Amino acid sequence: MSIAFESVDFVYQAHTPFENLSLRNINLTIPDGSYTAIIGHTGSGKSTLIQHVNGLLRPTKGLVNVDGQIINANTKNKQLVSLRQHVGIVFQFPESQLFAETVVDDVKFGPLNFGVSDTEATNRAKDALQKVKLPEEFWQKSPFELSGGQMRRVAIAGVLATNPKILILDEPTAGLDPQGRFEMMELFNELHHKEQLTILLVTHQMDDVANYADNVIVMDGGQIVKNGAPVEVFRDTKWLIKHQLGLPKAANFAIKLADRGVKFDKMPLDISGLVHQIVNVKDRRPSHE
Amino acid sequence: MNNIIDVKNLTYKYANSGDKKALDNVSLSIEKGSWTSIVGHNGSGKSTLARSIDGLMSYNEGVINVDGIILSDDTVWDIRKKIGMIFQNPDNQFVGATVEDDVAFGLENLGIETDKMHKIVNNVLKKVRMEDFKERQPDQLSGGQKQRVAIAGVLASKPEIIILDEATSMLDPQGRYEIINLINEIHQENDITVISITHDVSEAMLSDHVIVLNDGKIVESGAPKKVFNDDEMLKLTGLEKPFNAHLFDALVEQGIHPPVELRMDENDLEEWLCQLLLKA
Ligand SMILES: Nc1ncnc2c1ncn2[C@@H]1O[C@H](COP(=O)(O)OP(=O)(O)OP(=O)(O)O)[C@@H](O)[C@H]1O
Ligand SMILES: Nc1ncnc2c1ncn2[C@@H]1O[C@H](COP(=O)(O)OP(=O)(O)OP(=O)(O)O)[C@@H](O)[C@H]1O
Ligand SMILES: [Mg+2]
Ligand SMILES: [Mg+2]
Repeated sequence: MSIAFESVDFVYQAHTPFENLSLRNINLTIPDGSYTAIIGHTGSGKSTLIQHVNGLLRPTKGLVNVDGQIINANTKNKQLVSLRQHVGIVFQFPESQLFAETVVDDVKFGPLNFGVSDTEATNRAKDALQKVKLPEEFWQKSPFELSGGQMRRVAIAGVLATNPKILILDEPTAGLDPQGRFEMMELFNELHHKEQLTILLVTHQMDDVANYADNVIVMDGGQIVKNGAPVEVFRDTKWLIKHQLGLPKAANFAIKLADRGVKFDKMPLDISGLVHQIVNVKDRRPSHE
Repeated sequence: MNNIIDVKNLTYKYANSGDKKALDNVSLSIEKGSWTSIVGHNGSGKSTLARSIDGLMSYNEGVINVDGIILSDDTVWDIRKKIGMIFQNPDNQFVGATVEDDVAFGLENLGIETDKMHKIVNNVLKKVRMEDFKERQPDQLSGGQKQRVAIAGVLASKPEIIILDEATSMLDPQGRYEIINLINEIHQENDITVISITHDVSEAMLSDHVIVLNDGKIVESGAPKKVFNDDEMLKLTGLEKPFNAHLFDALVEQGIHPPVELRMDENDLEEWLCQLLLKA
Protein backbone atom coordinates (compact mmCIF):
# COMPACT_ATOMS: atom_id res chain seq x y z
CA MET A 1 0.00 0.00 0.00
CA SER A 2 1.38 3.39 -0.98
CA ILE A 3 1.28 6.50 1.19
CA ALA A 4 1.17 10.14 0.11
CA PHE A 5 1.16 13.38 2.12
CA GLU A 6 -0.04 16.50 0.32
CA SER A 7 0.71 19.88 1.91
CA VAL A 8 0.07 18.58 5.42
CA ASP A 9 0.17 20.90 8.45
CA PHE A 10 -0.60 19.66 11.92
CA VAL A 11 -1.29 21.73 15.02
CA TYR A 12 -1.50 20.22 18.53
CA GLN A 13 -4.00 21.82 20.92
CA ALA A 14 -5.42 24.07 18.20
CA HIS A 15 -7.17 27.22 19.42
CA THR A 16 -5.63 27.08 22.89
CA PRO A 17 -2.75 29.08 24.35
CA PHE A 18 -0.64 25.93 23.89
CA GLU A 19 -1.27 25.77 20.16
CA ASN A 20 1.72 24.18 18.58
CA LEU A 21 2.46 23.74 14.88
CA SER A 22 4.24 20.41 14.70
CA LEU A 23 4.12 19.55 11.00
CA ARG A 24 4.61 22.13 8.30
CA ASN A 25 3.81 21.64 4.66
CA ILE A 26 4.71 17.97 4.45
CA ASN A 27 4.80 16.59 0.90
CA LEU A 28 5.83 13.01 0.65
CA THR A 29 5.34 9.85 -1.37
CA ILE A 30 6.16 6.44 0.05
CA PRO A 31 5.91 3.68 -2.57
CA ASP A 32 4.23 0.37 -1.88
CA GLY A 33 6.67 -2.23 -0.55
CA SER A 34 9.41 0.25 0.39
CA TYR A 35 11.43 0.45 3.61
CA THR A 36 11.69 4.03 4.80
CA ALA A 37 13.62 5.26 7.82
CA ILE A 38 12.58 8.52 9.49
CA ILE A 39 15.28 10.28 11.48
CA GLY A 40 15.55 13.67 13.16
CA HIS A 41 16.39 15.12 16.56
CA THR A 42 14.14 15.13 19.62
CA GLY A 43 10.85 16.88 18.98
CA SER A 44 11.32 17.21 15.22
CA GLY A 45 7.91 15.68 14.48
CA LYS A 46 8.60 12.01 13.67
CA SER A 47 5.97 10.48 15.95
CA THR A 48 3.47 13.12 14.89
CA LEU A 49 4.08 12.32 11.22
CA ILE A 50 3.62 8.57 11.46
CA GLN A 51 0.39 8.82 13.47
CA HIS A 52 -1.17 10.44 10.41
CA VAL A 53 -0.85 7.25 8.38
CA ASN A 54 -3.77 5.53 10.12
CA GLY A 55 -5.61 8.69 11.01
CA LEU A 56 -4.88 8.67 14.75
CA LEU A 57 -3.94 12.26 14.10
CA ARG A 58 -5.56 14.06 11.19
CA PRO A 59 -4.05 16.88 9.18
CA THR A 60 -5.06 20.35 10.27
CA LYS A 61 -4.46 21.34 6.65
CA GLY A 62 -3.82 19.22 3.57
CA LEU A 63 -4.44 15.52 3.17
CA VAL A 64 -2.97 12.07 3.53
CA ASN A 65 -3.75 9.44 0.92
CA VAL A 66 -3.18 5.81 1.90
CA ASP A 67 -3.89 3.50 -1.01
CA GLY A 68 -6.82 5.64 -2.13
CA GLN A 69 -8.24 6.32 1.34
CA ILE A 70 -8.15 10.07 1.93
CA ILE A 71 -7.58 11.40 5.44
CA ASN A 72 -8.14 15.09 6.09
CA ALA A 73 -9.33 17.33 8.92
CA ASN A 74 -12.94 16.18 8.46
CA THR A 75 -12.38 12.44 8.25
CA LYS A 76 -14.36 10.51 10.87
CA ASN A 77 -13.12 7.43 12.76
CA LYS A 78 -15.90 5.37 11.16
CA GLN A 79 -14.39 5.95 7.74
CA LEU A 80 -11.03 4.64 8.89
CA VAL A 81 -12.06 1.21 10.17
CA SER A 82 -10.92 -0.72 7.12
CA LEU A 83 -7.70 1.27 6.73
CA ARG A 84 -6.74 0.62 10.34
CA GLN A 85 -6.86 -3.11 9.72
CA HIS A 86 -3.98 -2.72 7.35
CA VAL A 87 -1.81 -0.22 9.16
CA GLY A 88 -0.07 -1.49 12.31
CA ILE A 89 1.75 0.95 14.58
CA VAL A 90 4.21 0.01 17.32
CA PHE A 91 4.31 3.08 19.55
CA GLN A 92 7.35 4.71 21.11
CA PHE A 93 6.41 3.69 24.68
CA PRO A 94 5.05 0.16 24.55
CA GLU A 95 3.22 0.29 27.89
CA SER A 96 0.78 2.74 26.39
CA GLN A 97 -0.29 -0.02 24.03
CA LEU A 98 -0.95 -2.77 26.59
CA PHE A 99 -4.20 -3.22 28.48
CA ALA A 100 -5.49 -6.82 28.68
CA GLU A 101 -5.40 -9.22 31.62
CA THR A 102 -2.94 -11.62 30.07
CA VAL A 103 -0.25 -11.38 27.47
CA VAL A 104 -2.07 -13.74 25.09
CA ASP A 105 -5.34 -11.81 25.42
CA ASP A 106 -3.49 -8.63 24.68
CA VAL A 107 -1.99 -9.97 21.48
CA LYS A 108 -5.30 -11.57 20.44
CA PHE A 109 -7.21 -8.33 20.79
CA GLY A 110 -6.27 -6.87 17.40
CA PRO A 111 -7.22 -9.89 15.28
CA LEU A 112 -10.46 -10.45 17.30
CA ASN A 113 -11.35 -6.83 16.81
CA PHE A 114 -10.96 -7.26 13.08
CA GLY A 115 -13.41 -10.17 13.04
CA VAL A 116 -11.08 -13.16 13.13
CA SER A 117 -12.33 -16.30 14.96
CA ASP A 118 -11.12 -16.99 18.49
CA THR A 119 -9.14 -20.06 17.44
CA GLU A 120 -7.48 -18.20 14.58
CA ALA A 121 -6.72 -15.23 16.86
CA THR A 122 -5.14 -17.54 19.46
CA ASN A 123 -3.02 -19.19 16.79
CA ARG A 124 -1.86 -15.87 15.44
CA ALA A 125 -1.08 -14.64 18.96
CA LYS A 126 1.06 -17.67 19.75
CA ASP A 127 2.80 -17.43 16.44
CA ALA A 128 3.57 -13.73 16.95
CA LEU A 129 4.80 -14.28 20.53
CA GLN A 130 7.14 -16.95 19.26
CA LYS A 131 8.43 -14.63 16.55
CA VAL A 132 9.30 -11.91 19.08
CA LYS A 133 10.91 -14.56 21.33
CA LEU A 134 8.89 -14.00 24.46
CA PRO A 135 9.32 -17.27 26.43
CA GLU A 136 6.09 -19.22 26.92
CA GLU A 137 6.30 -18.95 30.71
CA PHE A 138 5.13 -15.31 30.37
CA TRP A 139 2.14 -15.83 28.07
CA GLN A 140 -0.48 -16.13 30.79
CA LYS A 141 0.98 -13.35 32.94
CA SER A 142 -0.33 -9.81 33.13
CA PRO A 143 1.50 -7.68 30.57
CA PHE A 144 2.10 -5.12 33.31
CA GLU A 145 4.14 -7.60 35.32
CA LEU A 146 6.86 -7.80 32.71
CA SER A 147 10.20 -6.11 32.30
CA GLY A 148 10.46 -3.13 29.92
CA GLY A 149 11.94 -5.17 27.08
CA GLN A 150 9.41 -7.97 27.56
CA MET A 151 6.55 -5.42 27.30
CA ARG A 152 8.09 -4.09 24.12
CA ARG A 153 8.03 -7.61 22.65
CA VAL A 154 4.35 -8.04 23.55
CA ALA A 155 3.48 -4.70 21.94
CA ILE A 156 5.28 -5.73 18.74
CA ALA A 157 3.58 -9.15 18.76
CA GLY A 158 0.18 -7.45 19.12
CA VAL A 159 0.78 -5.51 15.93
CA LEU A 160 2.24 -8.44 13.97
CA ALA A 161 -0.79 -10.59 14.86
CA THR A 162 -3.05 -8.26 12.86
CA ASN A 163 -1.11 -9.07 9.67
CA PRO A 164 -0.70 -5.43 8.62
CA LYS A 165 0.28 -4.39 5.10
CA ILE A 166 1.95 -1.25 6.38
CA LEU A 167 4.09 -1.67 9.48
CA ILE A 168 5.01 1.51 11.35
CA LEU A 169 7.68 1.21 14.00
CA ASP A 170 8.43 4.11 16.37
CA GLU A 171 11.84 3.27 17.84
CA PRO A 172 10.85 -0.38 18.13
CA THR A 173 14.17 -1.57 19.50
CA ALA A 174 14.62 0.97 22.30
CA GLY A 175 14.76 -1.11 25.47
CA LEU A 176 15.59 -4.37 23.74
CA ASP A 177 18.80 -6.15 24.63
CA PRO A 178 21.46 -6.29 21.87
CA GLN A 179 20.54 -9.77 20.69
CA GLY A 180 16.84 -8.93 20.76
CA ARG A 181 17.48 -5.76 18.80
CA PHE A 182 19.29 -7.65 16.09
CA GLU A 183 16.70 -10.43 15.91
CA MET A 184 13.83 -7.96 15.76
CA MET A 185 15.41 -5.94 12.97
CA GLU A 186 15.99 -9.17 11.04
CA LEU A 187 12.37 -10.19 11.62
CA PHE A 188 11.05 -6.89 10.23
CA ASN A 189 13.37 -7.21 7.28
CA GLU A 190 12.13 -10.71 6.56
CA LEU A 191 8.50 -9.54 6.65
CA HIS A 192 9.43 -6.72 4.34
CA HIS A 193 11.01 -9.06 1.80
CA LYS A 194 8.79 -12.13 2.07
CA GLU A 195 5.43 -10.44 2.49
CA GLN A 196 6.20 -7.16 0.74
CA LEU A 197 5.26 -5.15 3.83
CA THR A 198 5.71 -1.40 3.50
CA ILE A 199 7.82 -0.37 6.49
CA LEU A 200 8.23 3.02 8.16
CA LEU A 201 10.90 2.96 10.83
CA VAL A 202 11.48 5.88 13.20
CA THR A 203 14.92 5.43 14.71
CA HIS A 204 17.98 7.03 16.25
CA GLN A 205 20.11 4.00 15.35
CA MET A 206 22.04 5.06 12.28
CA ASP A 207 23.47 1.56 11.85
CA ASP A 208 19.95 0.24 11.37
CA VAL A 209 19.23 2.96 8.83
CA ALA A 210 22.34 2.00 6.86
CA ASN A 211 21.67 -1.72 7.12
CA TYR A 212 17.98 -1.95 6.34
CA ALA A 213 16.31 1.12 4.82
CA ASP A 214 16.17 1.92 1.12
CA ASN A 215 15.06 5.46 1.76
CA VAL A 216 15.66 8.00 4.55
CA ILE A 217 13.57 11.01 5.53
CA VAL A 218 15.23 13.61 7.75
CA MET A 219 12.94 15.84 9.82
CA ASP A 220 13.70 19.12 11.56
CA GLY A 221 11.27 21.57 13.13
CA GLY A 222 8.25 19.77 11.71
CA GLN A 223 9.55 19.82 8.16
CA ILE A 224 11.17 17.31 5.88
CA VAL A 225 14.65 18.66 5.27
CA LYS A 226 16.11 15.75 3.34
CA ASN A 227 14.85 12.67 1.54
CA GLY A 228 17.07 10.15 -0.21
CA ALA A 229 18.95 6.87 -0.15
CA PRO A 230 21.07 6.20 2.98
CA VAL A 231 24.35 6.62 1.08
CA GLU A 232 23.28 10.04 -0.15
CA VAL A 233 22.04 11.20 3.23
CA PHE A 234 25.13 9.97 5.09
CA ARG A 235 27.48 11.53 2.55
CA ASP A 236 26.97 15.05 3.93
CA THR A 237 28.46 14.56 7.38
CA LYS A 238 28.71 18.23 8.37
CA TRP A 239 25.07 18.74 7.54
CA LEU A 240 24.05 15.72 9.64
CA ILE A 241 25.98 16.94 12.64
CA LYS A 242 24.31 20.34 12.29
CA HIS A 243 20.95 18.57 12.55
CA GLN A 244 22.10 16.70 15.69
CA LEU A 245 22.22 13.40 13.87
CA GLY A 246 24.95 10.84 14.06
CA LEU A 247 26.48 8.50 11.55
CA PRO A 248 26.79 4.74 11.50
CA LYS A 249 29.68 3.77 13.80
CA ALA A 250 31.87 2.58 10.91
CA ALA A 251 31.41 5.92 9.15
CA ASN A 252 32.32 7.79 12.32
CA PHE A 253 35.52 5.82 12.66
CA ALA A 254 36.37 6.36 8.98
CA ILE A 255 35.95 10.12 9.41
CA LYS A 256 38.41 10.14 12.29
CA LEU A 257 40.99 8.43 10.10
CA ALA A 258 40.15 10.68 7.13
CA ASP A 259 40.59 13.79 9.30
CA ARG A 260 44.11 12.61 9.98
CA GLY A 261 44.89 12.27 6.31
CA VAL A 262 43.89 8.73 5.35
CA LYS A 263 42.42 8.92 1.84
CA PHE A 264 39.41 6.64 1.39
CA ASP A 265 37.66 6.27 -1.98
CA LYS A 266 34.23 6.40 -0.41
CA MET A 267 32.52 6.62 2.93
CA PRO A 268 31.95 3.14 4.42
CA LEU A 269 28.62 2.61 6.22
CA ASP A 270 29.42 -0.69 7.90
CA ILE A 271 32.40 -2.64 9.26
CA SER A 272 32.99 -4.76 6.18
CA GLY A 273 32.99 -1.60 4.04
CA LEU A 274 35.42 0.05 6.45
CA VAL A 275 37.81 -2.90 6.48
CA HIS A 276 37.62 -3.08 2.69
CA GLN A 277 38.64 0.57 2.47
CA ILE A 278 41.47 0.08 4.95
CA VAL A 279 42.80 -2.88 2.97
CA ASN A 280 42.65 -0.81 -0.23
CA VAL A 281 44.62 2.06 1.23
CA LYS A 282 47.16 -0.34 2.73
CA ASP A 283 47.69 -2.13 -0.57
CA ARG A 284 48.03 1.15 -2.46
CA ARG A 285 50.84 2.24 -0.17
CA PRO A 286 54.29 1.89 -1.74
CA SER A 287 55.96 -1.07 -0.07
CA HIS A 288 59.30 -0.41 1.58
CA GLU A 289 60.72 -3.58 2.88
CA MET B 1 37.78 1.23 49.89
CA ASN B 2 34.85 3.52 50.50
CA ASN B 3 31.66 1.78 49.36
CA ILE B 4 28.48 3.81 49.18
CA ILE B 5 26.34 0.78 48.35
CA ASP B 6 26.74 -2.74 49.66
CA VAL B 7 24.28 -5.43 48.67
CA LYS B 8 24.63 -8.85 50.28
CA ASN B 9 22.83 -12.01 49.20
CA LEU B 10 19.80 -10.20 47.87
CA THR B 11 17.02 -12.47 46.62
CA TYR B 12 13.72 -11.25 45.23
CA LYS B 13 10.72 -13.15 43.96
CA TYR B 14 7.64 -11.39 42.58
CA ALA B 15 4.27 -12.66 43.81
CA ASN B 16 2.65 -15.21 41.44
CA SER B 17 5.79 -15.96 39.49
CA GLY B 18 6.20 -19.53 40.75
CA ASP B 19 9.71 -20.47 41.82
CA LYS B 20 11.29 -17.96 39.52
CA LYS B 21 13.56 -15.51 41.28
CA ALA B 22 13.96 -12.09 39.69
CA LEU B 23 17.13 -11.65 41.77
CA ASP B 24 19.00 -14.68 42.99
CA ASN B 25 21.57 -14.22 45.74
CA VAL B 26 22.99 -10.99 44.36
CA SER B 27 25.95 -9.39 46.13
CA LEU B 28 27.74 -6.27 44.96
CA SER B 29 29.60 -3.20 46.17
CA ILE B 30 29.65 0.21 44.59
CA GLU B 31 32.45 2.59 45.35
CA LYS B 32 31.54 6.15 46.26
CA GLY B 33 31.98 8.52 43.35
CA SER B 34 32.22 5.76 40.74
CA TRP B 35 30.22 5.21 37.54
CA THR B 36 28.83 1.69 37.27
CA SER B 37 26.95 0.24 34.30
CA ILE B 38 24.51 -2.62 34.76
CA VAL B 39 23.94 -4.67 31.62
CA GLY B 40 22.06 -7.88 30.84
CA HIS B 41 19.29 -9.38 28.74
CA ASN B 42 15.63 -8.34 28.93
CA GLY B 43 14.18 -9.68 32.14
CA SER B 44 17.57 -10.34 33.74
CA GLY B 45 16.63 -8.31 36.83
CA LYS B 46 18.26 -4.90 36.24
CA SER B 47 15.23 -2.75 37.05
CA THR B 48 14.31 -5.00 39.96
CA LEU B 49 17.79 -4.48 41.40
CA ALA B 50 17.58 -0.70 40.94
CA ARG B 51 14.14 -0.51 42.54
CA SER B 52 15.34 -2.66 45.45
CA ILE B 53 18.22 -0.32 46.19
CA ASP B 54 15.79 2.61 46.09
CA GLY B 55 13.63 0.83 48.67
CA LEU B 56 10.71 0.43 46.30
CA MET B 57 10.30 -3.28 46.89
CA SER B 58 10.37 -5.23 50.11
CA TYR B 59 12.87 -7.90 49.34
CA ASN B 60 12.75 -11.44 50.62
CA GLU B 61 16.31 -12.12 51.66
CA GLY B 62 19.56 -10.19 51.99
CA VAL B 63 20.89 -6.88 53.23
CA ILE B 64 21.10 -3.56 51.41
CA ASN B 65 23.37 -0.92 52.90
CA VAL B 66 23.36 2.59 51.44
CA ASP B 67 25.86 5.11 52.75
CA GLY B 68 26.14 3.27 56.05
CA ILE B 69 22.41 2.86 56.59
CA ILE B 70 20.79 -0.55 56.41
CA LEU B 71 17.61 -0.42 54.33
CA SER B 72 14.46 -1.21 56.34
CA ASP B 73 10.94 0.15 56.71
CA ASP B 74 12.29 2.70 59.21
CA THR B 75 15.17 3.95 57.08
CA VAL B 76 13.66 3.81 53.60
CA TRP B 77 12.93 7.56 53.48
CA ASP B 78 16.42 8.49 54.64
CA ILE B 79 17.84 6.31 51.91
CA ARG B 80 15.50 7.50 49.21
CA LYS B 81 16.59 11.09 49.90
CA LYS B 82 20.10 10.13 48.85
CA ILE B 83 19.02 8.51 45.59
CA GLY B 84 17.71 10.12 42.43
CA MET B 85 16.16 7.51 40.21
CA ILE B 86 15.18 7.93 36.59
CA PHE B 87 12.72 5.24 35.55
CA GLN B 88 12.72 3.27 32.35
CA ASN B 89 9.45 4.85 31.24
CA PRO B 90 9.36 8.59 31.99
CA ASP B 91 5.55 8.54 32.12
CA ASN B 92 5.94 6.70 35.44
CA GLN B 93 8.05 9.56 36.73
CA PHE B 94 5.96 12.66 36.23
CA VAL B 95 4.03 14.12 39.14
CA GLY B 96 3.69 17.80 38.22
CA ALA B 97 1.03 19.39 36.01
CA THR B 98 3.67 21.32 34.08
CA VAL B 99 7.29 20.67 33.23
CA GLU B 100 8.33 23.39 35.66
CA ASP B 101 6.24 22.01 38.53
CA ASP B 102 7.53 18.58 37.87
CA VAL B 103 11.17 19.56 38.12
CA ALA B 104 10.43 21.68 41.21
CA PHE B 105 8.64 18.84 42.96
CA GLY B 106 11.73 17.19 44.38
CA LEU B 107 13.03 20.55 45.60
CA GLU B 108 9.79 21.42 47.38
CA ASN B 109 10.14 18.15 49.24
CA LEU B 110 13.60 19.19 50.34
CA GLY B 111 12.11 22.43 51.69
CA ILE B 112 14.02 24.79 49.42
CA GLU B 113 12.68 28.36 49.33
CA THR B 114 10.75 29.57 46.29
CA ASP B 115 13.26 32.05 44.85
CA LYS B 116 16.12 29.66 45.00
CA MET B 117 13.94 26.89 43.66
CA HIS B 118 13.04 28.89 40.55
CA LYS B 119 16.68 29.55 39.92
CA ILE B 120 17.62 25.90 40.18
CA VAL B 121 14.71 24.82 38.00
CA ASN B 122 15.56 27.35 35.29
CA ASN B 123 19.15 26.35 35.40
CA VAL B 124 18.63 22.58 35.00
CA LEU B 125 15.98 23.02 32.34
CA LYS B 126 18.46 25.09 30.41
CA LYS B 127 21.12 22.44 30.85
CA VAL B 128 18.90 19.75 29.33
CA ARG B 129 17.69 22.28 26.70
CA MET B 130 14.08 22.24 27.77
CA GLU B 131 13.79 25.86 28.95
CA ASP B 132 11.24 26.65 26.25
CA PHE B 133 8.86 23.99 27.49
CA LYS B 134 8.41 25.12 31.11
CA GLU B 135 4.66 25.57 30.89
CA ARG B 136 3.92 22.46 28.87
CA GLN B 137 2.19 19.42 30.40
CA PRO B 138 4.70 16.56 30.58
CA ASP B 139 2.39 14.21 28.68
CA GLN B 140 2.38 16.62 25.74
CA LEU B 141 6.04 16.21 24.98
CA SER B 142 7.85 14.04 22.48
CA GLY B 143 9.56 10.87 23.76
CA GLY B 144 13.03 12.40 23.94
CA GLN B 145 11.70 15.59 25.53
CA LYS B 146 10.08 13.52 28.29
CA GLN B 147 13.38 11.83 29.02
CA ARG B 148 15.15 15.18 29.20
CA VAL B 149 12.61 16.49 31.72
CA ALA B 150 12.85 13.31 33.81
CA ILE B 151 16.63 13.75 33.95
CA ALA B 152 16.29 17.44 34.85
CA GLY B 153 14.05 16.54 37.78
CA VAL B 154 16.70 14.32 39.27
CA LEU B 155 19.62 16.63 38.58
CA ALA B 156 17.80 19.51 40.28
CA SER B 157 17.77 17.82 43.66
CA LYS B 158 21.49 16.90 43.51
CA PRO B 159 21.25 13.45 45.09
CA GLU B 160 24.35 11.61 46.25
CA ILE B 161 23.49 8.66 44.03
CA ILE B 162 21.90 8.83 40.59
CA ILE B 163 20.34 5.68 39.14
CA LEU B 164 19.52 5.84 35.43
CA ASP B 165 17.28 3.06 34.12
CA GLU B 166 17.76 3.32 30.36
CA ALA B 167 17.25 7.03 30.79
CA THR B 168 18.56 8.07 27.37
CA SER B 169 17.06 5.34 25.20
CA MET B 170 14.86 7.77 23.21
CA LEU B 171 17.40 10.52 22.61
CA ASP B 172 18.95 11.36 19.26
CA PRO B 173 22.65 10.49 18.99
CA GLN B 174 23.88 14.01 19.66
CA GLY B 175 21.38 14.49 22.48
CA ARG B 176 22.44 11.26 24.14
CA TYR B 177 26.07 12.28 23.97
CA GLU B 178 25.29 15.69 25.48
CA ILE B 179 23.20 14.29 28.31
CA ILE B 180 25.77 11.63 29.20
CA ASN B 181 28.41 14.36 29.23
CA LEU B 182 26.23 16.57 31.41
CA ILE B 183 25.69 13.78 33.94
CA ASN B 184 29.39 12.99 33.82
CA GLU B 185 30.27 16.61 34.64
CA ILE B 186 27.94 16.65 37.63
CA HIS B 187 29.27 13.25 38.67
CA GLN B 188 32.87 14.47 38.63
CA GLU B 189 32.31 17.90 40.14
CA ASN B 190 30.23 16.69 43.07
CA ASP B 191 31.61 13.20 43.57
CA ILE B 192 28.17 11.79 42.77
CA THR B 193 27.87 8.04 42.37
CA VAL B 194 26.19 6.99 39.12
CA ILE B 195 24.57 3.66 38.35
CA SER B 196 23.43 3.37 34.78
CA ILE B 197 21.33 0.50 33.43
CA THR B 198 21.93 0.40 29.71
CA HIS B 199 21.86 -1.72 26.56
CA ASP B 200 24.33 0.66 24.89
CA VAL B 201 27.75 -1.00 24.86
CA SER B 202 29.60 2.15 23.88
CA GLU B 203 28.13 3.92 26.91
CA ALA B 204 29.06 1.01 29.19
CA MET B 205 32.63 1.09 27.83
CA LEU B 206 33.02 4.59 29.32
CA SER B 207 32.20 3.54 32.88
CA ASP B 208 34.53 2.58 35.71
CA HIS B 209 32.83 -0.69 36.43
CA VAL B 210 30.41 -3.05 34.68
CA ILE B 211 28.08 -5.59 36.28
CA VAL B 212 26.51 -8.27 34.08
CA LEU B 213 23.20 -9.76 35.19
CA ASN B 214 21.85 -12.96 33.69
CA ASP B 215 18.62 -14.61 34.88
CA GLY B 216 18.81 -12.75 38.18
CA LYS B 217 22.42 -13.65 38.91
CA ILE B 218 25.60 -11.64 38.58
CA VAL B 219 27.76 -13.51 36.07
CA GLU B 220 30.59 -11.05 35.71
CA SER B 221 31.74 -7.80 37.26
CA GLY B 222 34.80 -5.67 36.59
CA ALA B 223 36.43 -3.08 34.38
CA PRO B 224 34.66 -2.71 31.01
CA LYS B 225 37.79 -3.62 29.07
CA LYS B 226 37.90 -6.93 30.87
CA VAL B 227 34.17 -7.69 30.84
CA PHE B 228 33.59 -6.86 27.16
CA ASN B 229 36.63 -8.86 26.08
CA ASP B 230 35.02 -12.08 27.29
CA ASP B 231 33.43 -13.27 24.05
CA GLU B 232 32.07 -16.47 25.49
CA MET B 233 30.24 -14.67 28.30
CA LEU B 234 28.88 -12.06 25.86
CA LYS B 235 27.48 -14.77 23.65
CA LEU B 236 25.98 -16.68 26.54
CA THR B 237 24.22 -13.63 27.94
CA GLY B 238 23.03 -12.11 24.66
CA LEU B 239 25.27 -9.06 24.88
CA GLU B 240 27.25 -7.63 21.98
CA LYS B 241 30.90 -6.87 21.62
CA PRO B 242 31.92 -3.21 21.34
CA PHE B 243 32.30 -1.69 17.89
CA ASN B 244 36.06 -1.66 18.29
CA ALA B 245 36.23 -5.40 18.93
CA HIS B 246 34.08 -6.03 15.84
CA LEU B 247 36.44 -3.92 13.78
CA PHE B 248 39.51 -5.57 15.29
CA ASP B 249 38.20 -9.06 14.49
CA ALA B 250 37.26 -8.05 10.94
CA LEU B 251 40.77 -6.66 10.39
CA VAL B 252 42.36 -9.87 11.64
CA GLU B 253 40.17 -11.83 9.23
CA GLN B 254 41.62 -9.78 6.38
CA GLY B 255 45.17 -10.43 7.50
CA ILE B 256 45.76 -7.17 9.38
CA HIS B 257 46.99 -7.90 12.89
CA PRO B 258 47.02 -5.03 15.41
CA PRO B 259 48.47 -5.83 18.89
CA VAL B 260 45.84 -7.71 20.94
CA GLU B 261 45.52 -5.06 23.62
CA LEU B 262 44.03 -2.70 21.01
CA ARG B 263 40.92 -4.86 20.77
CA MET B 264 39.45 -2.95 23.70
CA ASP B 265 40.89 0.48 22.94
CA GLU B 266 39.33 2.50 20.16
CA ASN B 267 41.70 5.46 20.38
CA ASP B 268 44.78 3.29 20.28
CA LEU B 269 43.45 1.24 17.39
CA GLU B 270 42.78 4.46 15.49
CA GLU B 271 46.34 5.59 16.21
CA TRP B 272 47.79 2.26 15.09
CA LEU B 273 45.81 2.29 11.85
CA CYS B 274 46.95 5.84 11.12
CA GLN B 275 50.55 4.73 11.51
CA LEU B 276 49.92 1.77 9.25
CA LEU B 277 48.11 3.70 6.54
CA LEU B 278 49.99 6.99 6.53
CA LYS B 279 53.64 6.00 6.68
CA ALA B 280 55.03 6.18 3.18
N1 LIG C 1 0.23 15.87 22.81
C1 LIG C 1 0.96 16.94 22.45
N2 LIG C 1 0.52 18.20 22.68
C2 LIG C 1 1.24 19.27 22.32
N3 LIG C 1 2.44 19.22 21.71
C3 LIG C 1 2.94 18.00 21.46
C4 LIG C 1 2.25 16.80 21.82
N4 LIG C 1 3.00 15.74 21.44
C5 LIG C 1 4.11 16.25 20.89
N5 LIG C 1 4.09 17.60 20.89
C6 LIG C 1 5.12 18.51 20.36
O1 LIG C 1 5.21 18.37 18.95
C7 LIG C 1 6.57 18.38 18.52
C8 LIG C 1 6.85 17.10 17.74
O2 LIG C 1 6.73 15.99 18.62
P1 LIG C 1 6.97 14.49 18.17
O3 LIG C 1 6.51 13.63 19.29
O4 LIG C 1 6.38 14.27 16.84
O5 LIG C 1 8.58 14.47 18.07
P2 LIG C 1 9.58 13.29 17.71
O6 LIG C 1 10.32 13.68 16.48
O7 LIG C 1 8.84 12.00 17.69
O8 LIG C 1 10.61 13.35 18.92
P3 LIG C 1 11.34 12.19 19.80
O9 LIG C 1 12.52 11.72 19.02
O10 LIG C 1 11.77 12.92 21.03
O11 LIG C 1 10.33 11.14 20.08
C9 LIG C 1 7.42 18.52 19.78
O12 LIG C 1 7.88 19.85 19.90
C10 LIG C 1 6.48 18.18 20.91
O13 LIG C 1 6.76 18.95 22.07
N1 LIG D 1 5.69 -6.25 38.58
C1 LIG D 1 6.14 -7.47 38.28
N2 LIG D 1 5.46 -8.57 38.67
C2 LIG D 1 5.90 -9.83 38.38
N3 LIG D 1 7.04 -10.08 37.71
C3 LIG D 1 7.78 -9.03 37.31
C4 LIG D 1 7.37 -7.67 37.56
N4 LIG D 1 8.30 -6.82 37.04
C5 LIG D 1 9.24 -7.62 36.47
N5 LIG D 1 8.93 -8.94 36.62
C6 LIG D 1 9.73 -10.09 36.15
O1 LIG D 1 10.97 -10.10 36.83
C7 LIG D 1 12.05 -10.38 35.94
C8 LIG D 1 13.09 -9.25 36.01
O2 LIG D 1 12.47 -8.06 35.52
P1 LIG D 1 13.24 -6.67 35.43
O3 LIG D 1 12.22 -5.63 35.09
O4 LIG D 1 14.06 -6.46 36.64
O5 LIG D 1 14.20 -6.95 34.16
P2 LIG D 1 15.22 -5.98 33.43
O6 LIG D 1 16.56 -6.60 33.50
O7 LIG D 1 15.06 -4.59 33.92
O8 LIG D 1 14.71 -6.13 31.90
P3 LIG D 1 14.58 -5.04 30.70
O9 LIG D 1 15.93 -4.96 30.05
O10 LIG D 1 13.60 -5.71 29.78
O11 LIG D 1 14.08 -3.77 31.27
C9 LIG D 1 11.43 -10.56 34.55
O12 LIG D 1 11.33 -11.92 34.23
C10 LIG D 1 10.05 -9.96 34.68
O13 LIG D 1 9.10 -10.64 33.89
MG1 LIG E 1 8.80 10.38 18.99
MG1 LIG F 1 14.31 -2.83 33.04
